[in-house]
Amino acid sequence: MSGSGEKTLNLTLKVWRQKNAKAAGNLETHQLSGISTDMSFLEMFDVLNEKLITDGKEPIAFDHDCREGICGMCSMYINGRPHGPKQGVTTCQLHMRSFNDGETIVVEPWRSAAFPVVKDLAVDRSAFDRIISSGGFVSVNTGNAKDANNILIPKDDADDAFNAAACIGCGACVAACKNGSAMLFVSAKVSQLALLPQGKVEAKGRVLNMVGQMDEEGFGACTNTGACEAECPKGISLENIARMNREYLSSSLTYVKK
Amino acid sequence: MFWTFLSVGQKTYSLLFVKSLVNPHLHAYICSEYYRQKILFMSNEKFSKSSIGKKVIMGLTGLFLISFLVIHVTLNSMIFANDGGVLFNQGADFMSHNPIIRILEIGLFVGLLAHIFMALKLTLDNNKARPIKYAVTKGNANSKWYSRSMGVLGSLLLIFLVVHLAHFWVPTKVAVFSHTEHDTFASMREVFKEWYNVAIYMLGVIALGYHLLHGFQSAFQTLGLNHKKYTPMIKFIGSAFSVIVTILFAAMPIVMHLGIIK
Repeated sequence: MSGSGEKTLNLTLKVWRQKNAKAAGNLETHQLSGISTDMSFLEMFDVLNEKLITDGKEPIAFDHDCREGICGMCSMYINGRPHGPKQGVTTCQLHMRSFNDGETIVVEPWRSAAFPVVKDLAVDRSAFDRIISSGGFVSVNTGNAKDANNILIPKDDADDAFNAAACIGCGACVAACKNGSAMLFVSAKVSQLALLPQGKVEAKGRVLNMVGQMDEEGFGACTNTGACEAECPKGISLENIARMNREYLSSSLTYVKK
Repeated sequence: MFWTFLSVGQKTYSLLFVKSLVNPHLHAYICSEYYRQKILFMSNEKFSKSSIGKKVIMGLTGLFLISFLVIHVTLNSMIFANDGGVLFNQGADFMSHNPIIRILEIGLFVGLLAHIFMALKLTLDNNKARPIKYAVTKGNANSKWYSRSMGVLGSLLLIFLVVHLAHFWVPTKVAVFSHTEHDTFASMREVFKEWYNVAIYMLGVIALGYHLLHGFQSAFQTLGLNHKKYTPMIKFIGSAFSVIVTILFAAMPIVMHLGIIK
């Protein structure tokens, strides 16, 4: 933890504690002192958990994995915003220098009927996996690998598809949306395939299935507030939602299930 | 026929249908309107039940109601001719007697009811999607307050609409059915004499302005009409439309209350 600054913070933390999915939870207050501004938010939680273990208390359960902003596991709702006050970062990329000395920080899990709390701050996001398996795939021939650039794809389309594919499925869009809607996530997953020729084969059935699964999981509907786009750590654009709406409309009008 | 309506479970339509039984013309219209909409949106049962389908119905009915506002604000602006309401009353007379407008008016109520019904359904669904609320939320950090308050603004508009229809629409209908002349301009003068009516109309118009400010561009996004070239234009037109409509509608009660327009 030897960094650029000598600065340390004293903080009051209010953290959601919940024994299991069925139990009722509550906010628990903890005092922390001497937190380095160079720590990431998750490292601050590690310090808190070590303190809790030393004191013989149960450590706080929270989701994390890669700690470099690409896995989509960290999922804290910090002071009223998913992944905290900074734009374009996940919780592991959020540093304590974004907070002030003496500040009170409230940390809650993602709130969504489709993301039940497993324990404390850890939520079950397998609803996203079920949406993906309902249609987020392309069929390819097995055998030898094809030559690169066999199918020509306009650069702009490739870029748009790549930008949509940057979605890490963290669920910040659902957490930020006042309706708990998963439209930004699903639209990114629909778009990354719909934009490419390889994805065209199953395009019509895909969007119907994925939206159908999304509704079944209990996510809300989109009211175009734009909160998801503003809070997305990967900058997924609202254009994807419009694209999914287009795909869904045209598929609903023309698709016949055989 | 009646059972067809009930069997597809469209409560709005079955209710209107029962009411329309007393009036054969209205009845015929409701039937045709029902089937038109059924073909448009409900040919696929799944579509009208999906979150996107419901939003599409919100967007289309919203745009339809916006098209009505264009006519409403244009006609009402005729009071600014300041000719004692001659031009305005000619317009009002045309609107209350022209058979095409009469039919469109029923379509307008159907559209309005569909908009309200879907909004209620969506709001209830959306509330279920987050049963446990956050202790702390910072909505203003990521979105505009009016985009998150469409339900509240819409409810205010509905209350305002009841008052508004009682002021102007009901007397016009009474006059049409009793074959008497109705001076709409005179009733405007009458209503806006009272300061509290002016205040109610200010609130209603401001709610309308913010509802439009989000709703106009939101409808295009819902219909998938998002394009790098045209979306900035749609957003600009939406904002300009909202501001202009608000200013024009707000000016009417004020100028009549102050006696600038007599």
